[in-house]
Amino acid sequence: MSGHDHDDHHHHDHDHSELSETQLRVRALETVLTEKGYVDPAALDLLIETYEKKVGPRNGALVVARAWADPAYRARLLKDATPAIAEIGYAGRQGEHIVALENTPKRHNMVVCTLCSCYPWPVLGLPPVWYKSAPYRSRAVADPRSVLSDFGVTLPKDTEIRIWDSTAEVRYLVLPIRPAGTDGWSEEKLADLVTRDSMIGTGLPKSPKDIAK
Amino acid sequence: MNGAQDLGGTHGHGPVKPEPNEPVFHAEWEKRAFALTLAMGMPGGWNIDMGRFARENRPPAEYLSMSYYQIWFAALEHMLKERGLVSDDEIDAGHSLHTPKPVKRILSPGDVAKTLHRGGPTERDTNTAAIFKPGDKVRAKNINPLTHTRLPRYVRGHVGTIERVVGCHVFPDSNATGAGEDPQWLYTVRFDGRELWGANGDATVKVSVDAWEPYLESA
Repeated sequence: MSGHDHDDHHHHDHDHSELSETQLRVRALETVLTEKGYVDPAALDLLIETYEKKVGPRNGALVVARAWADPAYRARLLKDATPAIAEIGYAGRQGEHIVALENTPKRHNMVVCTLCSCYPWPVLGLPPVWYKSAPYRSRAVADPRSVLSDFGVTLPKDTEIRIWDSTAEVRYLVLPIRPAGTDGWSEEKLADLVTRDSMIGTGLPKSPKDIAK
Repeated sequence: MNGAQDLGGTHGHGPVKPEPNEPVFHAEWEKRAFALTLAMGMPGGWNIDMGRFARENRPPAEYLSMSYYQIWFAALEHMLKERGLVSDDEIDAGHSLHTPKPVKRILSPGDVAKTLHRGGPTERDTNTAAIFKPGDKVRAKNINPLTHTRLPRYVRGHVGTIERVVGCHVFPDSNATGAGEDPQWLYTVRFDGRELWGANGDATVKVSVDAWEPYLESA
């Protein structure tokens, strides 16, 4: 083993031992709660599987794609997003009251939860670490252009930036601008252009060129 | 409470660091802490606002140095102990040592999908009329409760415009303390960036918060 490998191994062990204290405590609590009959481990497995495998940003991408493809659906989504999203089968926890925000060439929307981590679970899944982090929550409301630059996004100087701080049980979903060169595309294919970040407002959709690569 | 969770407009936290191809969870224990928190909501008998307060109610240095799921787990332990459902000696032993307290219901595997699908809507019927309407100028009150509130500090004292009447919703400030849902009209209120951040603020920025009627006064 080279010295470099050894160092990596050492750091790995160090991280592991720091984590293991929490890991052991979580395991201990799960055992206690299971023995007391308060939780069923099979229900825990299902909860995890739901948010690891089933509920994620592909849901939101299909909502956006349909709004791009179908003007009547777009109108329903912008008028009252919760039932419009339920039409496609997405509803429930942390998405009980959803509002869709339409990006236009003049206005860009971006969503944050400065107080915790509110996020539209049924359409985007669980939030990424950066969304819950202090850098994002502190700066999104005060200096959104610098946050966008952390994501490599630069908007025209005169674009209005609307920040939506999710301080109640309303959850926001950004409807990005449909990329050019996608006329006649199917909803499935359009959905491939819709990134998670484009539905939070920290990114833009991919272009047809991006997915042709 | 004016705790570390109220981050809007604070400085010094550094750049946002998106992680490419980020996994949903970063460790096995995060998955279990997440699922335990969701599953214990029903037998634990607390509501979402009590849960949020349990997470934010800690010394700022601690809050800012803990990972997200460490905060969730600490809050879960706290609420369980507070209600006498689990004790420290049991967590230390890794086994139940005392007779379980009776609980109303637990989450069965068969209930997971429908419980998640139902969620927890917070809109309530009301006989009262909303005081404000879209276009009205309102000032966010200068309140500083020691208990849970959803009015961030960065808007307090500032004047904004009612953008939308959302509906009548459970009032977290009351719900978090166990004093009941006390539903109140909820509004989306839009503030100009320069109203919040001063003359050097970005004039192209507008920031909206969702604010309950007790947070607002006519301006």
